[in-house]
Amino acid sequence: MDFPVEVILFLFLLATALTVALLEDLFAAAMMTGIFSLLSACLFTLMDAVDVAFTEAAVGAGVSTVLFLSTLALTAQREKQHPFTWFPLLLVILTGACLVTGTLDMPHYGDPKAPIHVHVAPEYIAGAERDFGIPNIVTNVLASYRGYDTFGETVVIFTASVGVMLLLGHRRRRPGPAHRPTITPEGAARMRDFAIVRVVSMGVIPLIVLFGLYVQFHGDFGPGGGFQAGVIIGAAVILYGLIFGLSTLQRVVPSPLLETGIALGVLLYGGTGVASLLMGGHYLDYAVFDSDDPKHGRHLGILLVEGGVGIAVTCAMILIFYSFAGRALAREAFDEGGGGQ
Amino acid sequence: MELALDVASWFCLTVGAALCVIGAIGTLRLPDLYTRTHAASITDTLGAGLVLLGCLLQAGTPLVAVKLVMIYAFMLYTGPAAGHALVKAAYARGVLAAGIPEEAQEGERPSESDLPEEP
Repeated sequence: MDFPVEVILFLFLLATALTVALLEDLFAAAMMTGIFSLLSACLFTLMDAVDVAFTEAAVGAGVSTVLFLSTLALTAQREKQHPFTWFPLLLVILTGACLVTGTLDMPHYGDPKAPIHVHVAPEYIAGAERDFGIPNIVTNVLASYRGYDTFGETVVIFTASVGVMLLLGHRRRRPGPAHRPTITPEGAARMRDFAIVRVVSMGVIPLIVLFGLYVQFHGDFGPGGGFQAGVIIGAAVILYGLIFGLSTLQRVVPSPLLETGIALGVLLYGGTGVASLLMGGHYLDYAVFDSDDPKHGRHLGILLVEGGVGIAVTCAMILIFYSFAGRALAREAFDEGGGGQ
Repeated sequence: MELALDVASWFCLTVGAALCVIGAIGTLRLPDLYTRTHAASITDTLGAGLVLLGCLLQAGTPLVAVKLVMIYAFMLYTGPAAGHALVKAAYARGVLAAGIPEEAQEGERPSESDLPEEP
């Protein structure tokens, strides 16, 4: 009987959303959005959508909170006061009413007669064992049945990171001196000078990367896959950057490498499709990779495609972090009258 | 045997949950950031630890048990470090402690120039 837990979680979600809307301190609001994502992840887990919960926890509560905070380093910490106007409120209420009206026609949660459960889902579930032999149905729906959609999503991530680089003017600067890597403004003490933080993070980062690789390659059998693994590995690298500073990180993982990585990931995905075309199949039809054993060919195809997604997502996450944090650094140097350069 | 296990796990779950509530009350009621962090760390280590121990006693398979132990080890490792980083950052930023005169807290913050330069 999971019902009461979900109600409580939804109430928490509502309270968090209201708090985010009402808070004027943007720093606190950014932390609250992290809590919002964590609560959403709990709800997704209760709905048995573990793969989605995984992504939500890693992206929403992890990486995007860091990006919000990096943005706050660029802007003010408090919300600007605007005079109260009726029009936006009316617009929001109207939109909300339309959305709620829209949900009235939708099937109830968990309804076995819902269109989504009677249309293609039975074929996907049957095909998972028959054609793929992969226990995690989500992975083969994502990488094979819905391969075009996932390719689209990977291209969206590629486009997003290109957009961020163009907008925030990601400059390729030569690595600065190692003792000025702080991304904390106002000359606050640097995290890497605290032995406990440094030692603990050095112990944790390899484990996070290892876990990311596990998620990447175990995605056929358990929850996970390229997106989740990419975000987890990206988060580990960003953690390193938060503690040891941006320019130290940029010497470990230079941005040209990341730019190449994003393109390479998309290329690997698209190239797998082209390879299947050249071998006489449809685009992203992996069965042709092994004429004797179609199951094996599909496994190979999914491995390649998930690999492409993983590489692209990892590099995109780190590069977006570079763009935000690099901008904050550049501004800080500007505020100090170009000090330290 | 099963009864004893159930009693033990219920005991752990209840005490763990109570500690979480105490930690939450402390986080709300204590006067400044430093004491609040202290209250919050109770939930992190002992509260969550006892809840996980209670779950561990109910774990059917060794795989689940090992996973729970690993979660606890991870929390035990990262929780205090996160609290430490939070307090250090707040201290360096000049967040004042309650109950101590402001003058007494000045002039002892580690500023960037005081920190040891690393080669």
